[in-house]
Amino acid sequence: MRTHKALIAATAAAVLGAAPLLACAVDTDYAKIERGRYRVPAGDSAACRTDEGRKPFAGGRAVPTPFGTIYATNITPDPETGIGKWTDEQFWNAMHEGVRPNGQHLYPAFPYPWFTKLTREDVLAMKAYLDSLPPVRQEAKPPKLPWPMTIRESVAGWNALFFKEGTYRPDSSRSPEWNRGAYLVEGLGHCGACHSPKNFLGGIKKRDRFEGGQGEGWFATSLVGNPHAGLGSWSANEIVEYLKTGANDRARAMGPMAEVVSHSTMYLSDADLHAIATYLKDLPAAGEDHAKSVPSGDDPRMQRGRLVYVDQCAGCHMENGQGIAHVFPAVKGNTGVHAQDPTSLARLVLEGARSARTRAKPEGFAMPGFGWKLSDDEVADLLTYIRASWGNQAAPVTASKVADVRKKIAKGE
Amino acid sequence: MPKLWRRELLKAATLLPAMGAVAATAPIRFVPRTMPSAGGNPPDYASPPQGFLSPQEKAFVDAAVARIIPADELGPGAREAGVADFIDRQLAGPYGAAETWYMQGPWQAGTEQQGYQLKLSPAQLYRATIREIDEHLAKSPAAKPFAQLDARSQDDFLHALEKGEVKISGDLGKQFFEILVVNTVEGFLADPIYGGNRDFIGWKLIGFPGPRYNYVAEIGEYGRKYDMPFVGIAGRDSPAKEA
Amino acid sequence: MATRLPSVDVVLVGFGWTASILAKELTDAGLHVLALERGGFRDTIPDFSPATIQDELRYAVRNGLFEEPHRETLTFRNNASQVALPMRQLGSFRPAAGAGGAGVHWNGQNWRFLPTDFVARSHTEQRYGKRFIPADMTIQDWGVTYDELEPHYDAFEYLCGISGKAGNIGGRIDEGGNRYEGPRRREYPLPPLKRCYSTVLFDKAAREAGFHPFPAPAANTSKPYRNLYGVQMGQCTFCGYCEWFGCGNYSKSSPQACVFPVLLGRDNFELRCQCNVTRVLRDSTGKRATGVAYVDVAGRPYEQPADLVILCAFAQHNVHLLLLSGIGEPYDPATNKGVVGRNYAYQITSSVDVFLDENLNPFMGAGALGQVVDDFNGDNFDHGPHGFIGGGYIALWNTGGRPILQHHLPDKTPKWGSAFKKALAENYLKAASIATHGSVMSYRDCYIDLDPTYRDVYGDPLPRLTFDFHDNEHKMSKFVTDRAAEIAKAMKPRAMHVKQREKHYSIVPYQTTHNTGGAVMGTDPRTSVVNRYLQSWDVPNLFVMGACAFPQNPGYNPTGTVGALTFWAAKAIRDQYLRNPGPLMGA
Repeated sequence: MRTHKALIAATAAAVLGAAPLLACAVDTDYAKIERGRYRVPAGDSAACRTDEGRKPFAGGRAVPTPFGTIYATNITPDPETGIGKWTDEQFWNAMHEGVRPNGQHLYPAFPYPWFTKLTREDVLAMKAYLDSLPPVRQEAKPPKLPWPMTIRESVAGWNALFFKEGTYRPDSSRSPEWNRGAYLVEGLGHCGACHSPKNFLGGIKKRDRFEGGQGEGWFATSLVGNPHAGLGSWSANEIVEYLKTGANDRARAMGPMAEVVSHSTMYLSDADLHAIATYLKDLPAAGEDHAKSVPSGDDPRMQRGRLVYVDQCAGCHMENGQGIAHVFPAVKGNTGVHAQDPTSLARLVLEGARSARTRAKPEGFAMPGFGWKLSDDEVADLLTYIRASWGNQAAPVTASKVADVRKKIAKGE
Repeated sequence: MPKLWRRELLKAATLLPAMGAVAATAPIRFVPRTMPSAGGNPPDYASPPQGFLSPQEKAFVDAAVARIIPADELGPGAREAGVADFIDRQLAGPYGAAETWYMQGPWQAGTEQQGYQLKLSPAQLYRATIREIDEHLAKSPAAKPFAQLDARSQDDFLHALEKGEVKISGDLGKQFFEILVVNTVEGFLADPIYGGNRDFIGWKLIGFPGPRYNYVAEIGEYGRKYDMPFVGIAGRDSPAKEA
Repeated sequence: MATRLPSVDVVLVGFGWTASILAKELTDAGLHVLALERGGFRDTIPDFSPATIQDELRYAVRNGLFEEPHRETLTFRNNASQVALPMRQLGSFRPAAGAGGAGVHWNGQNWRFLPTDFVARSHTEQRYGKRFIPADMTIQDWGVTYDELEPHYDAFEYLCGISGKAGNIGGRIDEGGNRYEGPRRREYPLPPLKRCYSTVLFDKAAREAGFHPFPAPAANTSKPYRNLYGVQMGQCTFCGYCEWFGCGNYSKSSPQACVFPVLLGRDNFELRCQCNVTRVLRDSTGKRATGVAYVDVAGRPYEQPADLVILCAFAQHNVHLLLLSGIGEPYDPATNKGVVGRNYAYQITSSVDVFLDENLNPFMGAGALGQVVDDFNGDNFDHGPHGFIGGGYIALWNTGGRPILQHHLPDKTPKWGSAFKKALAENYLKAASIATHGSVMSYRDCYIDLDPTYRDVYGDPLPRLTFDFHDNEHKMSKFVTDRAAEIAKAMKPRAMHVKQREKHYSIVPYQTTHNTGGAVMGTDPRTSVVNRYLQSWDVPNLFVMGACAFPQNPGYNPTGTVGALTFWAAKAIRDQYLRNPGPLMGA
């Protein structure tokens, strides 16, 4: 369907004399556009560049950062408000070095620290695809950042500390599949942008990479080999199924990850998904996997939490925590339940979330929110109970943590 | 498919919306969203709407429901369960105003099979009938409003009302009483978030545990008494807490 | 002045079961399909969330998910000697408004009609003689047979994920299912729901009484299930809030749970909610539909052109639209001429309440959790000695124990006071109800036309319903209720209460939302509005779905057959009509 549209758009433009709408000649190399067509969603461009209800890739969407909000710019080939006038070299510089045609730095909300790894061939294929799209006239909104971040030159300082430019260099001691996985995870996929912890300046803590991090108000789980809180007990096939269809028998992508699946990973080839799984499965266990001790059943928090669970949660997740196969994930043994940072859990309970609709699994099950009927104490007790029952071994959750998350939700973060 | 091609071509060429007249109604175009569930939350229970009844009317209703489902050896009744509050709030809301009923004329009485044909919303029916009843009682030997009669006299009066033997406008008394009984049962057995069934008094009487979503295990335990604590939509406490 | 919109290939009026299925089938065929739904958009989350949906007052008592009479209703009378008066509140039936239609709030009781049901007149004449049929009874053959519909019944059952046990696979009878059913090609997609206590007791008693009980086919999934369209459904957890409510865990079959996920995101499908269609528009010849006129939520009028128009609203609403649009000759009971509005039928129901000494926990239930005896339905027994036509099933349904509306009290219990309170306390947990669900034949004097006096919010005349039960139905219902009482006695209750349906049909107490007829299907345009493919005889690019197509109403819930007819019509449209638009059969 997409190819169809892109091709027809290009042909229509030529045939109907719409050439004045495009400042540059449309690249008619079909194979190149196809390469780009695959890579653009692989980089999950839509997550930032496509605002709901607006034209694809025309920007406008608010991208929350710990420092403020940045509005994604227009990457359709509109000559005035988009990238229609950019040359190949200028596009390469933006992707590889994070620099605009006028020399200004891009904020690292645009993941150039990851896209720097992409080959020039891939980057130019992506440009060819974007150039084939209908141009949309839409101005970018200025970012809402505190001073001194409004001064783009300050990004140079950040780059000096945290940015290492350079195309991905394969590790010859590893298999081609591993290297392909590394290229996708560390480059196009920019998974670490959420799944790695960041320091107070927003730079990745390289030592703890992939051990989980904050992203769009959620906590993105650890991807390292920890058996409880990471991917240690996931098989490669389970990782593939999750990315391709949005769910497997142990988990369902919700919130921002559901978007990643439905805009990006569900379009990847099986070979690429297996490569990603190979790379991820190779990440060694690191950091704390589970709590050293958990409250016992007669702890008052557990008793109170159990009551809430039975009344509110058992309808879908069942009293024994097993969920319903292919429908509602088990909370028993659940990776997300073991996350050290319970932000996502609190968010799910307070606000609910939708899962991804994919071709293989179109149903898009959703979870309702309970924040209107449960107090911070009740949510905390509930999460404490879930995290310490049926063999789960994660630390209790405090009411003040729940209150924090509730405040962030209220602020729209 | 020639039609499909042509449409795609035209769409591509005219990039921006509005080919001819624009549909003023935005279509619900389904967008796969991962946004959290919005809406679906029940009406604002924490701050109940204002009531409808005047103090005298409320006194009547409270006294009447106390006879319809009385406190007795089985336990508290409709008064203790807050049914008068329930009815007051219902009459102040869309039900009381007959918002969803067809209230266009012409008006005429019909057969029993044709249902309610009064030109009165429930709120208007309560107001008009209670006024007529208390006027009627003021002229009677008792010379007191309903709320001040003793229980026995109240029961006698309600029986008469039920049979249509109280001489007030037309059929008003009989129709009113029927609706009052229905509303009393509603208030006694609805979720406590609506103001009645306080502390699950009604549900405790009959043994209905409240809304839970999973009985997969219990449904196979034939004949067993279900002994989980009572729960309502707002939780085990009743009514809704301040969130 | 109405705004004229860009044309579409297909416009569907309404967005319930029939529209959802047609939209999927026709968008599969590459057509650009637009659905116009008068109500709002609804989806499982947030609208049927388990956190909020079990609210009996809001949904079952104050009708939260249904149509509102103040916008649209009908007028009603038992016979033409009366003045029809508006149905001012919902009572006898509860149509829906909103995406998903009544597919959202039904119980999920899902049936196939019997093979003999489809040839009601010819079969009855053949077995019992022409004079067995009263002169004013206007039953007729459908024009389509059970065998022709069988694959489409199968499709609907596999779309829904029906939980049941087949009684007749290819002619081989299995006593675990309904031995009377028409032959089917294969088992149900899912096994029957777990039995609750009351259905077990009924089963035992029914066997003692000499009958053949079996688990009811249920559109409540007994296991997680990926359906015909590749959509995953959940598993029923017996929450007891089926009928009148939406399902919060994807386990009751509905357009939301079964179709929306693969339909709504399609580029060639569009849905507009809160848009009410007021007319089907035609060209100057009157033989071609050009589209529909509709009004949006702000009251603004639009003209929506389309190549193919399909009415997918609730049964009598389709009939109303045909009458308002002047399509087809309206039925005139005096002359017995005309067809639109003719052969309206309904369902005749009764019940026998039983009061036992054990906890039945009625609040653990599901909409189609039931045990059924079909021995007295259709022509499953010899009618000769009885002098009536038709029949019904006997079932113990355990749909729930919602306190306000689902408590049963012994006969002669006072309606208020301490005795009433005592009866509530002593019987709520220990009572069950055996229901009978009987057929209603069509008659000359049961029909829909336009009311001369009352109007809807758009200023159009309300539909006027003239309907009553006839002797035939009362006789049949008494017969079936007596059999139900035999089963009740065999349950050895401490008390039982037979509640026979009373003399005249009343619009007040809820009975069923099984309104049928008015736009019946057939092979003769003098006695049908649509042909056997549900295509209008008068306007070949107009199709009319739904139970309005039933020439008379057999003794089963209609949805299964409505679904089957939709698949049947969709196939005819795809395979025949699209290749060669025009009448699909001669008169």
